[in-house]
Amino acid sequence: MIEQLLQHISIPTLMCLIPLLPLLGAIANGKMYLFSTRSQWKPSHALSGTIAVVMPLISFLIVAVLFYIAMGLEDSHSVSTGPLFTWFGGTQWAVTIGLKLDQLSLIMALVVTGVGSLIHLYSVGYMSHDDGFAKYFAYLNLFLFFMLLLILGDSLPLMFVGWEGVGLCSYLLIGFWFTDIEKAKAGKKAFIVNRIGDFGFVLGIFFIWQALQPTAQPGDAILSFSYISTHAAFLAPVATAATLLLFLGATGKSAQIPLYVWLPDAMAGPTPVSALIHAATMVTAGIYMVARLNFLFVLAPTTLNVIAIVGCATAFFAATMGLVQDDIKKVLAYSTVSQLGFMFLALGVGAFSVAIFHVMTHAFFKALLFLGSGSVIHAMDGEQRLSMYGGLRKHLPVTFTTFLIGTLAIAGIWPFAGFFSKDAILWHVYSSGHFWLWLIATLAAGLTAFYMFRLVGLAFFGKRNPAGPHHVHPENSVTMLLPLVVLAVLSIIGGWVGVPHAMGGHDHIMTWLAPLFPTALHEAGNESTELFMGLGSMTWGAIWAIIAWILYSQHRGWADQMAARFKRCYTLLVNLYYVDQIYDAVVVQPLLWFSRSVLWQTVDAVLIDKILVGGSARIARLFGRVGTAMETGLVPHYVFLLVLGSVVVLGWMIL
Amino acid sequence: MEITVHHYIVISCLLFIIGIFGVLTRRNLLIILMSVELMLSAANLALVAFSRFSSHLDGQVAVLFVFIIAAAEAAVGLGIVIAAFRHTSGVRVTSWKELKG
Amino acid sequence: MIPWIASHILTITIFLPLVGVLPIMMLPRRFEEGSRAIALFFSLITFIASLAMWWLYQINAVDNGFTLIEQHPWIPTLNFQYFVGIDGVSLLMIVLTTLLIPLAILGAWNEIKTRRKEFMGLILLTEVGLLGAFAALDLFLFYVFWELMLIPMYFLVGIWGGKHRIMAAMKLLIYTLFGSLLMLVAIFVVYAKSGYQMNLIDLYQMKLDPGIQLWCFMAFALAFAIKVPLWPVHTWLPDAHTEAPTAGSVILAGVFLKVGAYGFYRIAMPLFPDAVLQAQPLLMSLSVIGIVVGALVAMIQPDMKRLIAYSSVSHMGFVMLGLASLTTEGVEGAVLQLVNHGISTGALFLLIGIIYSRTHTRQISDYGGIAKVVPWFSAAFIFVALSSAGLPGLNNFVGEFLTLMGGFAYGKVYGVIAAIGVILGAAYLLWLVERVFFGQVTNEHNKTLKDLNPRELTLLIPLMLLMVVFGVYPKLLLDPCMGSISTFLQLMGR
Repeated sequence: MIEQLLQHISIPTLMCLIPLLPLLGAIANGKMYLFSTRSQWKPSHALSGTIAVVMPLISFLIVAVLFYIAMGLEDSHSVSTGPLFTWFGGTQWAVTIGLKLDQLSLIMALVVTGVGSLIHLYSVGYMSHDDGFAKYFAYLNLFLFFMLLLILGDSLPLMFVGWEGVGLCSYLLIGFWFTDIEKAKAGKKAFIVNRIGDFGFVLGIFFIWQALQPTAQPGDAILSFSYISTHAAFLAPVATAATLLLFLGATGKSAQIPLYVWLPDAMAGPTPVSALIHAATMVTAGIYMVARLNFLFVLAPTTLNVIAIVGCATAFFAATMGLVQDDIKKVLAYSTVSQLGFMFLALGVGAFSVAIFHVMTHAFFKALLFLGSGSVIHAMDGEQRLSMYGGLRKHLPVTFTTFLIGTLAIAGIWPFAGFFSKDAILWHVYSSGHFWLWLIATLAAGLTAFYMFRLVGLAFFGKRNPAGPHHVHPENSVTMLLPLVVLAVLSIIGGWVGVPHAMGGHDHIMTWLAPLFPTALHEAGNESTELFMGLGSMTWGAIWAIIAWILYSQHRGWADQMAARFKRCYTLLVNLYYVDQIYDAVVVQPLLWFSRSVLWQTVDAVLIDKILVGGSARIARLFGRVGTAMETGLVPHYVFLLVLGSVVVLGWMIL
Repeated sequence: MEITVHHYIVISCLLFIIGIFGVLTRRNLLIILMSVELMLSAANLALVAFSRFSSHLDGQVAVLFVFIIAAAEAAVGLGIVIAAFRHTSGVRVTSWKELKG
Repeated sequence: MIPWIASHILTITIFLPLVGVLPIMMLPRRFEEGSRAIALFFSLITFIASLAMWWLYQINAVDNGFTLIEQHPWIPTLNFQYFVGIDGVSLLMIVLTTLLIPLAILGAWNEIKTRRKEFMGLILLTEVGLLGAFAALDLFLFYVFWELMLIPMYFLVGIWGGKHRIMAAMKLLIYTLFGSLLMLVAIFVVYAKSGYQMNLIDLYQMKLDPGIQLWCFMAFALAFAIKVPLWPVHTWLPDAHTEAPTAGSVILAGVFLKVGAYGFYRIAMPLFPDAVLQAQPLLMSLSVIGIVVGALVAMIQPDMKRLIAYSSVSHMGFVMLGLASLTTEGVEGAVLQLVNHGISTGALFLLIGIIYSRTHTRQISDYGGIAKVVPWFSAAFIFVALSSAGLPGLNNFVGEFLTLMGGFAYGKVYGVIAAIGVILGAAYLLWLVERVFFGQVTNEHNKTLKDLNPRELTLLIPLMLLMVVFGVYPKLLLDPCMGSISTFLQLMGR
């Protein structure tokens, strides 16, 4: 049936439709919004909502169909449009525009369009009271366009288009409620910090470009992934520099140390945005990029070590910062940073497919958690402080249940999705011989369980804080509940595609991705050890979860006592290690001072304008003064000078 | 004694120096103009003399031009003098200081 | 008729605006308002003529060298010629000029209230100078057009400018004249040393003595560097841009600066290839400094127009970076950046002119939160700002990317430092956007601002469409000039 249908529609056309449909949706909604601002006509929510949800949904269906087709393909499991047109280029090389779906991008595209569609649906309910309804969906659809371009693009520059494009949408959506200047500032910060990463990305591209120049024939698309992978040998001399710079790009987009600071602030955006962009999809772009270029990264063991260490450090520090947050979304934000750290840790030890596996499960449960928190915030009239919540499980039963499922998943409790992916990461770290990284990561995993159950305890258990909103809106919007339920189901079963052989599974996802990635860099460990460690890590998570649950839902006093006891530590954490302040004092302020006082007011205004330009004017005026003094206005003087001059000239000629 | 070109030149130089002296020392504009005429005449004399002694007509032609220029100059110069006289009721050059830049 | 037009299309394009000056001059003072329509009409036919020229160029184009050549003796005794012709780069520059001038006129529609006749006449006169400079293939002819564009611009700034217009106009004039007089000297040195040649095509084939080359190159380079402007001879630009009326700023940023870079491409570099190699590190360093310093200083400007003016210093630094790198990528990028900077910065100045006409202030601190009041204007401004910040998919990205590649290929450190400019570019533009558009409306007067009207939309929409088109398909610009670029690089010995 599907094959018959497809005989009439070519695969390249379908592939082009995947990103183009959301773009169409974005244009339609954007136009409707702009026209509604200057006329009486307002687009109905139903209309713009339908456009916005249907577009990604169709894209999702197309991806699913292509997934089905690709599975059936014998040799490569990938489909591609080939080069559609040449974008730009030099005499020896070119950048062509083309889309490609292989095992890796298929998984990413499924997650992005699938979770994306759900979050669009959720947004219809969540944003129903907002004036900028159509604008919101225009941005959100535009985001999907760029994200799909990032995933489907078959060359580095095209990926970079998506890379910056999602940053733009993130900027627009964080600052969606721009009348609040703090939110606008958060958006700007996100964009600029990302730009710092993009700086690395661009330079990484340049290193690759330069190293591949000698190999190129005129018209070769030397920056396409297939060309880079077939000529990887030429890249060995620059691999370390190029990959480190590309990784700088990844730290920006995927919020790793040292560029993670924008992500917590990004929570200023509407909650579904946080779910889609700042948890499930965009922030995993860095992991996707490293996995995409795995053949390059394995050439640079130094970079891989750096990635592993940075990932591990981020996982741990972000988790500690998550421990003390009072804002429900900030907890989830730091948790996202921490989880992304886990993914980089996996990449760093060479377990690329495990990282992608965690990207997928994380997309499910983190989107679920964010949407759940959105439901809570929606029900509490926009209140985001955990201390104002309490006892919500009776008021919001569906949210509570699904949220709990998400929490169990992220805490790594069997058989929820997070267990399999996180356990796989820890196992690979351990079995590849990085004992210390494993230890820190395990600790971070424990902290994850702790802060998530702290959140659950504070929000859903205990008594309502009388200072909080009095009325809890009931959850009755189907568009909001349906995505929660679907994501909850996915958070349960999503990990089952990656059950390791040690636990009697088939590890489908690893098998599926295996052709893309180098065979394990390290000896696979003993299967019984793996099983034992899996059990251990689950118990470990459960212990922390129970402690947190006791502390924050049963005996809240104990937690405060502990905070008072370790006051220094607590202040440090609450102030997030003063990283923002340090960046401000060390980078931002000196730069502004230097620009204003030195470059502008000294170099431009004094050195160039006053001394050079003004100075030359003054010298000219000096000559003028001498000339003026000779002008007495008396004819005899002039005549005298005339004669004197003639005598001098004559004398000079004669002598 | 034979009159040679040197005699003419000496006379011409004397006339020219008298002219310069007049221009530089006198304050009366009319006298200054006359001194200028004297200088022109000195030049004319030299031209005619050279022309005569080198049996070439160019010098004489030049003299005719100088006559015409002298006439024009006198006309314009006297016109300016009259205008200046109306302005300051006097022909003393030192009383005009507005030529300053 | 048609063959005649086809064979003289270049001359027709150059002098059509001059034809327009006549009826404007003869217009009685009481019908002065009509001068706008006349000027618009003539600038539009010039635009159409330039498009016809593009078409003819495509038909006639030879891969290297010049087409649509017209050559007549001008001052035969001195061997000066009326010699015009175009290659791909001059083609793009000419079309950019003829595109921006009607928009500038439309932008000045209601802004200029006094001496409209003279204003419109001077704008058309500037256009003649610009077009002529882009088409001239005779050094002396180039110099004449070069000066012709400066004088009207001096009056445009000095008569219709802002508060400090006299100072700005003087600074513009003196800076530029200083450079061009040195250039004139160098022109005559070249003339004398080459056996009385002014014809550029012949001069390309001659090799001057390296010592003389260096001095002549310095003189030419200074003249062109002032116009680009290259750091540190850039300080006329912020004043002139800020004080000029909107149309003046658009022409200044959009085309005027391009003549400087074009001069490097057409004259200073290919005439003195040996000297260029010696001066290359200096040129590259100054470009990189310009990129970073321009961006840093832009960041802290309190005045919107001045901010954009400094951003031009940064953007033109990219152009020079690409051009001076003498790589295919760099020069391609420089050409793209020339066109795209013209479009984006031109649009930014138009936008600032639009808001200025309503509020009469350019101080950023007088704004804040106006996105709520004027959503269309804000959307347009943010769009253009993003294009200027080099967002991929919009026009500036490809140019920046290629120039950076060129810089990187010349020396990694140049590429790396210049790339910092890309970060700063986002910083100053987004900070500007934040301070002007976001937050609460802080200024009472801004609560009743009017959004874009149809005239302003017709101004902006073509430019914004071009931003997308050139961003997605830059080959539209690259295809006509690829051959010219490789010829240029051959002349440079690459």
